[in-house]
Order: sequence, then C-alpha cells, then structure tokens
Amino acid sequence: MSESTRHRMKKLLPKITLSVVGLTSTLMLGGCNLVLFDPKGPIGQSEKHLIMMCAGAMLCIVIPVILATLFVVRRYRASNKNATYSPKWDFSLPIEICMWGIPMCLIAFLAYQTFVSCHELDPYKPIAAPADNPNVKPINVQVVALNWKWLFIYPEYGIASVNQLVVPVNTPIAFRLTSDATMNSFWIPQLGSQVYVMAGMQTQLHLLANSQGDYLGESNNYSGTGYSDMKFRTLVKDDKGFQDWIEKVRASSQELNNDTYAKLHEDSIKNPVEYYAHVEPVLFDTIIAKYNNGMVMDKATGQMIHISSNQSGEMKHAEE
Amino acid sequence: MLGKLSLSAIPYHVPILVGTFIGVVIVGLAVLGAITYFGKWGVLFRNWLFSVDHKRIGIMYIVLALVMLFRGFADAIMMRLQQAMAYNSPGYLPPSHYDQIFTAHGTIMIFFMAMAFMQGLFNLIVPLQIGARDVAFPFINSLSFWLTTAGAILVNISLFIGDFSTAGWLAYPPVSELQFSPGVGVDYYIWAVQISGIGTLLTAVNFITTVVKMRAPGMTWMRIPVFTWTVIASCIMIFTTFPALTVAVAELALDRYCGMHFFTNDGGGNVMLYLNLIWAWGHPEVYILVIPAFGVFSEVVPVFCRKPLFGYATMVYASLAITTLSLLVWVHHFFTMGAGANVNTFFGIMTMIIAIPTGVKVFNWLFTMYRGRIEFTAPMYWTIGFMIVFVIGGMTGVMLAIPASDFVLHNSEFLVAHFHNTIIGGVYFGYVAGMNFWAPKVTGFKMSQKLGKAAFLFWFFGFFLSFIPLYITGFDGMVRRLNHYDNPNWHFWLQIACVGVFCILCGVVCQLLQIFLGILNAKKPENVDVTGDPWGGRSLEWSTSSPAPAYNFAHIPVVQSRDAFAYNKEHGIDTRRTDEPYQDILMPKNTSAGFWHGMFALVLGFAAVWHIWWLVIVTVILNLVLAIGYSFKEDKEYVIPSSEVERIEKEHSRKLMTQVAE
Repeated sequence: MSESTRHRMKKLLPKITLSVVGLTSTLMLGGCNLVLFDPKGPIGQSEKHLIMMCAGAMLCIVIPVILATLFVVRRYRASNKNATYSPKWDFSLPIEICMWGIPMCLIAFLAYQTFVSCHELDPYKPIAAPADNPNVKPINVQVVALNWKWLFIYPEYGIASVNQLVVPVNTPIAFRLTSDATMNSFWIPQLGSQVYVMAGMQTQLHLLANSQGDYLGESNNYSGTGYSDMKFRTLVKDDKGFQDWIEKVRASSQELNNDTYAKLHEDSIKNPVEYYAHVEPVLFDTIIAKYNNGMVMDKATGQMIHISSNQSGEMKHAEE
Repeated sequence: MLGKLSLSAIPYHVPILVGTFIGVVIVGLAVLGAITYFGKWGVLFRNWLFSVDHKRIGIMYIVLALVMLFRGFADAIMMRLQQAMAYNSPGYLPPSHYDQIFTAHGTIMIFFMAMAFMQGLFNLIVPLQIGARDVAFPFINSLSFWLTTAGAILVNISLFIGDFSTAGWLAYPPVSELQFSPGVGVDYYIWAVQISGIGTLLTAVNFITTVVKMRAPGMTWMRIPVFTWTVIASCIMIFTTFPALTVAVAELALDRYCGMHFFTNDGGGNVMLYLNLIWAWGHPEVYILVIPAFGVFSEVVPVFCRKPLFGYATMVYASLAITTLSLLVWVHHFFTMGAGANVNTFFGIMTMIIAIPTGVKVFNWLFTMYRGRIEFTAPMYWTIGFMIVFVIGGMTGVMLAIPASDFVLHNSEFLVAHFHNTIIGGVYFGYVAGMNFWAPKVTGFKMSQKLGKAAFLFWFFGFFLSFIPLYITGFDGMVRRLNHYDNPNWHFWLQIACVGVFCILCGVVCQLLQIFLGILNAKKPENVDVTGDPWGGRSLEWSTSSPAPAYNFAHIPVVQSRDAFAYNKEHGIDTRRTDEPYQDILMPKNTSAGFWHGMFALVLGFAAVWHIWWLVIVTVILNLVLAIGYSFKEDKEYVIPSSEVERIEKEHSRKLMTQVAE
C-alpha cells in the first residue's frame, strides 16, 4: 500500500469511528424528545422498553463488531509488517463455534422476548383496568377509515365524531376497526400499537392512555391522494372533561343516518372535525356487511349474523 | 384504433416533465448523432445489441442499471427536496405527482437498477469463474436481457405518455384497483413488472443450468468459488418465488382488465391475499439481491487480504440457510394485519434466525482480514464500509422483526431507513465493489482508484446523513410516503436528510467520472491490464486475458483445488495449458431474435396499457412467429478455427512474457 493511502486511511479511521459513536449518542440523547420514547400509555411503555432492551442487547454485539472491524483493518494493513501474517490460515473450529454460537445465544434471548411480548402486547388482548382505577369499564370505540378521514363511533353513547378521538384517561379503550374505502393503518404513536384497517374486515386494538393530553393520530398505510392529511387529534381527558365532550357532541345538530353517511363517505381531504349527536346503532356492522353479502361476524361469539338486507341494501344504494 | 390513448395523455402542462422530456431528447439526439457520426450503427447492433456473448450482455445489463440508477436517483432527490420543503406548506410537488415519484423510485431501483446490476454481474463473472465458454442457453440470455430492458423502457415511457402508478412499489390493493386508480399508471406497473419478471426467471433457469452442468472438470461442489455459490442461492430463490410475483400481479391485472375480484374490496376479494402473495416473493427478493453482494465481498476480501477466505464451508452453508429461511418469513411485512400472537411469534422468530447465518458471514470476512495483508483498493473500501453499515441495518432489521416493536415501527420512516440501510449498505456497496473489482477483467483497463474511493466516501457519509435522520423521525412517529407535514422536529431532520442526498449525488458523480475517465484513459499504460490478473486473483476468471476472448478458455481449465487459480500459480501449473495443441472452438452465433422479442414485448405492453387490442394481438402473433421461426433455425453456431485461437493465445502469452521481463 502506498504511503499516501496509508495516511488517508489513518485520517479516515477516526472519522468512521466518530460517525458511529455520533449515531449511537444522537439516538440516545435525542430519545428524550421523540414520541416513541415518550409514551403515554402502558402499551407504548412496554413497547418502548422492548425496543430499548433488544437494541441494547444487539448493540452489545454490533458495537464490538464495528470496533473489531476497524481494529483489524488498521492492524493488518499491508504496510504494517509487524503484524502476524498467516497466508494459509482459513479454518479454526473454536472460532467457528463462537461465530455461530454468539449470534445463536443472542437470537435465543430475543426469541424468548419475542414470544413473551407477542402474547403480552397482542393488540387483540383486552387491557385490565389500571390499579388506580380498578372499577372502570372499558370504553368501546368503532373506527371507520374513509377517504381520507377517520370516523369514530361511540356505541355506548350513540354518538360519533370525525377526525377527533376523545377518550377518558386511565380507561381501557377497545377499538373495533374497519374501512369503507382504501386500506389504512390506525396509529396513535404515543399510545402504542397500530393495526390495519381494511374494508369488509374488522380488526381490534386495545389501548390505554394514562395521562391527559393531545396526541397525534395518523394513518400509516398509503391510501391515495389525501393520505398525508389523514390525521386526527387524540384528546385524552379526565372523566368530567370526557362527559362535557359527550354533551357537546350530543348538542350537535347533525345526525349520522344513511343519507348523511353517504355524504360523509364522499372523498374529502382535510375534513374538519365534525360531531354527530345520533348514530344508527348498526352502522358499523352494516359497513362491514355490505362487502360480505350482508353478513358480519359477531366477535364476541364468533357467529356470523345477518344484517337486515333492507338496511344494507339502503346503505349500498346510498353509497352509489 | 388507439384505445384509451389520446393527446390528453401527454402531460405537456407539467413543466417538470416537459423539461425532463427536452433533456432526454437532447441527450438522446446527441447519443444517436454520435453513433451516426462515428459510423458505429452496424457495430452497435451486430456486436452488442444482437450479441449472445455473456460478457457483452453483462456489460449491457450494467449500462442499463446505471441509466436506471440515474433515473431512480433523480426521483430520490426530488422526494428529499419535497420533504425538506413541505413543512407547513404543500412543497413543490402535488400528491398526484409525488406519489408517482416514490412509486417509480422503488420500482425502478429494485426491478431495473438492482436486478439489472445483479444479472450483469452474474453474466460477467459466472462462466469465467467456473471455466465455461458461455452460459448454458446463450440465446435465452439475450432474451432475458431484452425483456428486462423492455420493462425498463415501459416504465420510463410512462413519464411522457400517461402517468405512472401512485400505489407504491408493490402496488398494494385496494389503492391499485380500478376503483381507486382508474388511470393507466398501475397498468404500466403491471406490464413492466411482468415482462421483466419473465426475463429474470429465465436468467435463473439459465444460471442454475450453467453452474450445475458446465463447471470445469475437477470443480466439485465444494470447490465452487463463493460468488458462484451465492449466484446459485440467488437463482434458486428467483426460481422459487418469482412465480408468486407473476401470479399476484397477473391476478391484479385480471381484476383491472376483466372485472374479477381477487383483491377488490367487494365481491369476495381480499387485499390480504395480495399481501401474502407479493411478500412471498418480496422478502426473498431482498435476499436474491443481497446474497450475490455477499458473494462479491467473499471474493474481494481474500484477494486484497492475500489469504484464503476464512470458513469457506460455513460461508456456503450460511448462504444456503439464508436461501431456505428467506421463504419462511414473509408475514413480518404485515404483523399489523391483526394476526394472532402465535402466528406473529413464529414469523418473528424465523426472521431473526436469519440474522444468525448473516452474522456468521460478517465474522467470516472479519477473520479473513485477521492476520492478512490488507490492501486498501476501492473494492476494499466499499467492503469495509459495507461491514460497518450493514451490521447497523441488520440490527434495525431485527428490531422490526420483533412483532411487538414492529407495532410502533412498521411503515414508519424507521422502516424506510432500515431497508435503505441494507439495500444501499449491502446490495449497492456490494455491486459497486464488484464493478470496481471486475472492471479490468471485463474492459481490459483499471478504473481510477482515487475516484472510486472518493465515490465511496461520499456514499458512506451521505448514507449516514440521509438515513440516520429517517431513523430518528421514525422514532418520532413519522410515517412513510408523506407529501407534507406540520411537525417542526421532522422538518429539521428532513433538511439534514436532504443534505445527505446531495452528498450521495457527489458520490454518483464521482462514479460516473470514474467510468468516463476510465474509458478515456483506457489506453494509458498505467491503466491497461496486460496480464489479466491485476489484483493477484484467486479464481479462474483471472487466468484469462483482459478482456477475455470470445471463447473465454482455449483449453477448459482443470481444477485441482478450491481457489483454483491461486493454487495453480503457487504450484507452477499453467492454467491456460499453452503447450497443448489448440482445437477449433464452436461458439453460438449472435442473433437478433432476442432483441426483437424484447421490442415486440415492449409494444405488447404499451398496447395493453392503453387497451389497443388489435396491436396486442399483432404483437402476440409476431412473438409467436418469431419464436417458432427461430426454433427452426439450424445455423446457430460458428467455428473459431484453431489457428485463430492459437494466434490470440500466443499474443496473450507474448504480452505476459514482456510483462514478466519488465
């Protein structure tokens, strides 16, 4: 190797090291402000810890490998005649065992974490009432993705809102989700998991917010022209604030029936927040059923039930 | 008569496209003018476009890949600019245009840049490395190239006639269905992918046959060079999974053209069926691309460390393990569809198991360098850079493979950063290392090492500048494919990413300069590769002259060991067997059939996109007539007389002697 190359390599090495160190520290320092590292609910918190732990475990190997690479590259440069040179050496059983064994141990650890966390954080698994609010009942929210807005139906209250999700704090939230247009993914980053939202199918998601606030909700699956604006605010309020909001929605002059739903179903971008004081109770099931010959699965029993053909016929008609 | 095609399909009201069009016309006219001026039309067609010589086809693949890199990279710059500008503003690209750009970027970079580059390297090196005179089916090789090219041309036609798909590079339904994408964009995607997909599948058939049947005597399975092993692994995956892609896209086409309901919202369609099918191909696809890159590194490292590859057997088994495992992980692309915990656990663990053989490979390269004598050439720079970048990509990949963390990382900018981390750091660095490494063998001259290293440094730091910000915005809850946003934190990082992409641009410019200056200075004595073995190579391709003669080997070499050429050099064995008498060599004749098949397929695709049904029928008939007609042709080979072989070989020997004398 020429002298100049060697010099360049010498200059280069600290740069590479610096960039690697810089990367890691940026990630760690910047972590405080990033939303995934600032979760507002137990699901998000568990996921944050899982990410930190697994990344940490892997960095225990990744950083030494990077450092070893840099060390070996520098030590065994052709110009360094002091370094050992073994031109025939191409096998070593102990090294082979280690190079298979070390990744295996790491992956075994991560596989165990995967198994546990997968079952623990299954989005379909209902969340128990929190310790400081043991008697609270979960609140049900039905989510419908439309082009390009989110409709939230509160079956217990018979109301609905568009592009604004309001939930009480410290209360398990049970989402049922479907789409009446393109496929989307429903995600409130600070609360945790996302789940796909697909027409003719229903998915479930369980979240809980343990501090009041105003959090971003977004679609996380490209769904067409209005995708970038398919966002909503998630307002987490105390019980009183939530009740006040319910009353506010109930005071709205709009109702969600076949006609108004058909209007809502039309494509729109940056749809303003809307409130509906009354919703047809079967609206959510009807939306699913219209893609399934009028059938919908009752998730509680697993039975297929028929939504009266009249209603679904009307819905379909209204949509056309 | 013209189906859906009308004047309104020409986007003359979009200034960016008009500018691009004028640019393309000027460059095109300049190229055509130059060819005419120098009177090279005959040479171009007879010796190149109609060639069935694997080396020339390989070069044409790489030229195609570089042109497509240019197009795909222009898209990347436009996206980065848009995201850097579109904070609390619409930016300069409306969603309809921006969405086409990210779709085209992904489609072009994977199907027409990476795949073309990869097949180029296969073609350039595999026959030489196993001591064969050509591939098993030279005509099919030409056909593969022209089908890939037809697909690439079709995608680029969509720039100026009609529009391209906005549904993302995998055309997820229901957005890609007629209901939500009534235009021709998705149809361009469908036909481009299908036509080039046939080409790729044929390449796999060709190279599996070549390696299985045409290895030099003595080259047992465990003596095959690692690059060729990785080609086998890659081709097995192509052969196994491309049909899934073909079926998925064909069913999407049936939905769009015949009103069927495979993936529509209604009528019993199911979008998840498409996701399963497309990812049954899509995940192996990234291993199809990256495993040959691993092969390149496994060739580069021993040569420049002056010692054999550490753990050859481990390397082979690891490649085959990855090949097998890659078929069992596709669900990790949609953990968030609401599958049960056990399903997610299975696919999560299968995915992270792949990290074991991959990690082993990194250790293999590391221990090859250990106690070596490392020479810092350009290919070695790319290799060392790869080892640093790729382990980070592997780590973030495992983070995405854990379903519960994927629930918050999926589809975010974190994901975008992760796959660019592996595709740039793994695939691209590998292919460029290969290009720098094998360029002398292919062209007969060395490319500038300085420019090669400069290109590497720009790419390396540009990569971190571009994609570390995306990892961070991913952690900050930013989803991918956003046209505009209102989060000031994201804005800061996206501006840095934009700086990064211009840093990479400098790298691309260095690479283009490297190639152009290489060609300009090809005749300079310090650049000419006289011996055919400029680096002190270890495998058979370095035993030929540079560039290799049409017949590659006058005598098929006899392999006595792994690293056959290194063994022969060490033991004073003449690999070329110059003292034995030469014989006539039978070689395949060039043919225009592959070229015309490609062109007919291109017109077929275009006609199908625009529903010009008479033209579809005409081109189908033309293709059939051509195929049948060609099959009757008997005069497909020509003889290189022994005297000519002897002349060429003597000439090379003379050069070798003078080199030694000097």
